[in-house]
Amino acid sequence: MSVANTTNGQDGYYGRPVLKKPVWKPYIAAYFFTGGLAGASSTLALGARLSGHHRLARSASLTSLAGLAVSGPLLVVDLGKPARFANMLRVAKPTSPMSVGSWVLTAFAPGCAAAAASDVTGLLPRVGAAGGVLAGVLGPAVATYTAVLVTDTAIPAWHGASRQLPFLFAGSAAASAAGVAMALTPPADAGPARRLAALGGGLEVAAFRKMESALGDAGQPYRTGAAGRLARAAEACTASGAVLGVLGARRRRSLAVVAGSLLAAGSLLTRFAVYRAGFESAADPSATIGPQRARADAAKASRAG
Amino acid sequence: MTRMGFFTDTSVCIGCKACEVACKEWNNVPDDGYDFLGWSYDNTGGLSSDTWRHVAFIEQRVAAPAAEPQGPAQNGDAGVRWLMSSDVCKHCTHAACLDVCPTGALFRTEFDTVVVQQDVCNGCGYCVPACPFGVIDKRESDGRVWKCTLCYDRLKADLPPACAKACPTQSIQFGPLDELRERAANRVGVLREAGVADAHLYGADPEDGVGGFGAFFLLLDKPEVYGLPPDPVVTTRDLPQMWKAAAGAALAMVGAVATACLRRR
Repeated sequence: MSVANTTNGQDGYYGRPVLKKPVWKPYIAAYFFTGGLAGASSTLALGARLSGHHRLARSASLTSLAGLAVSGPLLVVDLGKPARFANMLRVAKPTSPMSVGSWVLTAFAPGCAAAAASDVTGLLPRVGAAGGVLAGVLGPAVATYTAVLVTDTAIPAWHGASRQLPFLFAGSAAASAAGVAMALTPPADAGPARRLAALGGGLEVAAFRKMESALGDAGQPYRTGAAGRLARAAEACTASGAVLGVLGARRRRSLAVVAGSLLAAGSLLTRFAVYRAGFESAADPSATIGPQRARADAAKASRAG
Repeated sequence: MTRMGFFTDTSVCIGCKACEVACKEWNNVPDDGYDFLGWSYDNTGGLSSDTWRHVAFIEQRVAAPAAEPQGPAQNGDAGVRWLMSSDVCKHCTHAACLDVCPTGALFRTEFDTVVVQQDVCNGCGYCVPACPFGVIDKRESDGRVWKCTLCYDRLKADLPPACAKACPTQSIQFGPLDELRERAANRVGVLREAGVADAHLYGADPEDGVGGFGAFFLLLDKPEVYGLPPDPVVTTRDLPQMWKAAAGAALAMVGAVATACLRRR
């Protein structure tokens, strides 16, 4: 019988992961995108309406409803017991970002739907405006709570990024909303979308880089393997989309469509990079053991000294 | 009600796996695959939705056995020692699985144990990556999450959990947590006196990152050797700071939209 294990335990028990991998399917990564798109689009719609960009407000409002309409099914289909989706509203728990998110979405949805429906039909403008305000105010929460959802886990590549991930998701959501809006709106009325594309895309790229360096060794999955490739593709799409949006989208609608598509693709790829990185981080026992061992040894040393 | 728990004294574990079998039988836990893992005397691998007690079996090269006292968990082979340990849900004081559960399916019982209400769980899977020990898991054939209940049904009937009842060496001890902690501290003292310098308790300290375990252990090597995290922390401890970061990010988004909309062409 050979002796397979080592005594130092750096790789744990025969190299088995300490943590369980998430059981979420890619629906959830897709939802991070569609939810972010819906949230940021509602906020953009509100801003556009208040500043008199009515055509932009309408496209953003409709985009938000479309994102929301896809989000619901994505969330339900990922459940192990989809018929029990309503149990999400059985309790309200501040300690569970998923519970908080469920309630935020529940409040956001009617506002978002009212704003879009009123905009298209012209009916009940006051209800539509009130809905637009509600959705626009809740939009940032819809777009960022998903970052807390993943950081509130034991997975090092997620938990360790709790300061940067909300900014990454906020920037990514804003960039996708701006991108889709500039593609769907005549260039003359899409000025705010082009500027938001630059701000959101810039935040997305900067937050990702900050996160990677802040994580140190725990950030390895964001640099290598499948998640690393997704991250690099995301940055390329977002950066080129933002630059093209600022430089070319004002003159030609076709360029706005290309820039907008790049921004949306960049945002989607960012979410999949984060999602994948969590699986890879959970599967690596040394990512969990290493920092905890260092912490335990330091605590022991400080007690002894 | 008194807090009930497990003290798993791995120094007397003989790796017989009676606990694994008793747990499966009593709780009607389904088969978890007929896999040959190719390492040591363990083809179970780890805790999962379908394994609520798992006996880890570790073979180590050590110094010549003559230098070791007549000790625990050691066979006759020269330079090799065996460590055996029955792992289980820790029933944390601050349980991440329970904190993040959005439906309230996970709850704390009158015995201060952590249990899934199977008629409520909707299989969202949030508890799975939240657990710092990788205990709770989703049963894909069923859609819900499952883990050790500390035999909630047996406790209600004043019976000890099936694994503790079946353990032939009293490696798994069940009882009021206070008593178990006291007994465990004495046992460490006895072992140290006998020359087992590495004997220590894992999860008995109420000041640790999860507020102490309801099911704690006496280990003979570092926790990670058994596949256990050396310094687990309940993820929700950092939640206020996470919400603060999210609030900052939300404000940044509002600022970006406002800046983009207000600037004149």
